[in-house]
Amino acid sequence: MTSECTDAVWPDEQRRLQLADLADLAGLSEAEVLELVDCGALTPAEGAPGQWLFGMRSITVARTARRLRADFELDPHGVALLLAFIDRIRDLQDELADLRARLPRLVPVART
Amino acid sequence: MKFKDYYAVLGVERGATADEIKNAYRKLARKFHPDVSKDPNAEARFKEMAEAYATLKDPEKRSAYDQLGRHGSGEEFRPPPGWSTQFGDASGAFDGMDFADLFGGLAGHARQGGRRGPGHARRGQDYEVAVPISVEESFNGTEVSLDLTTTEFDAQGVPRRAPRSVKARIPKGATEGQVLRLPGQGGKGSHGGRDGDVYLHIALRPHRIYRVSGHDLFLDLPVTPWEAALGASVEIPTLAGAVNLKVPAGSRGGQQLRLAGRGLPTPQGGAGDLHAILQIVLPPEFTERERALLQELAGASTWNPRRHLQ
Repeated sequence: MTSECTDAVWPDEQRRLQLADLADLAGLSEAEVLELVDCGALTPAEGAPGQWLFGMRSITVARTARRLRADFELDPHGVALLLAFIDRIRDLQDELADLRARLPRLVPVART
Repeated sequence: MKFKDYYAVLGVERGATADEIKNAYRKLARKFHPDVSKDPNAEARFKEMAEAYATLKDPEKRSAYDQLGRHGSGEEFRPPPGWSTQFGDASGAFDGMDFADLFGGLAGHARQGGRRGPGHARRGQDYEVAVPISVEESFNGTEVSLDLTTTEFDAQGVPRRAPRSVKARIPKGATEGQVLRLPGQGGKGSHGGRDGDVYLHIALRPHRIYRVSGHDLFLDLPVTPWEAALGASVEIPTLAGAVNLKVPAGSRGGQQLRLAGRGLPTPQGGAGDLHAILQIVLPPEFTERERALLQELAGASTWNPRRHLQ
């Protein structure tokens, strides 16, 4: 089966998601999303408790949380801890990639 | 369908206890979980072991699995007569089913009163796909074709594997580590459930000339000692074509010359920068005349670059 070409969309950082939308996109229940907020794994972008709005990056975080919880049978605090480590590793990898990009390679000079 | 030896996948004996199975799975999951491992084959390995564990951790599914008998991994086989009626699916139609589908429908069979029947809204499955693209494709945008195997449910709620080809247009500026979404292009939802999404994890292939950090590009620019000393205009390649770059007189090795806006485009409509890193290089061999001039320079110059070491 083939389909038409679909535009891949950027996570629009200006867009905000309601709790129900985030839960739906992440494959979690609203209660599970709130549990992640409680443990500090997810931070709402704005709004008062009960009317929280989430940034688009929360989709990736919540989806990773769902996978980790299901695959390692972790409680929400364990998930929050792992997410914090994954975040740190990602930051370090970005920094390492940046340093590598800035590091000159040895230039091979062809003998003529 | 092809048989899968779930015990072998987890590396346990057929008589292993539930705890032994759990421990074996957890050990392997720590090694191969795609959120933890950097191994490019980790995801496929993890899917295999997650499928094995999903069946063996559930006593009902494990019992159903055990009654299929012993077969070699990858061996063609059909469930024995009566197997399907005993385990709650009277249809017995195995055509087009994947091995894992045999047990998928048994989830919490006793607790939920059997397979989810018609009328239950079910959201389509989401997919995570790694998409390697070149630096040029990131600069220009590109189209990719993805082959997915989706699980769809028929009117009776029986799962069936269906190949699905999805074409996606990657916008320009997609770079390493970014996650793009193809809304509604995942598995089909059923009974009013919405279709799943496909998440594209962009990875940039290494480039012959450029190194990439975010939307910035870095390139090594070899210059001769006299170009660095006296200044020069040199031609350098950019993704939009060659441009002339002015190397200022008195440039040093390792110095970076920035070409603003010559990097990868950003989603906001801007662009990263291109950084040329100067590398002062010598010719592999000197002519007699070059050597004579260098000797003359050596005699005329009193500069000592190692004074600070004394």
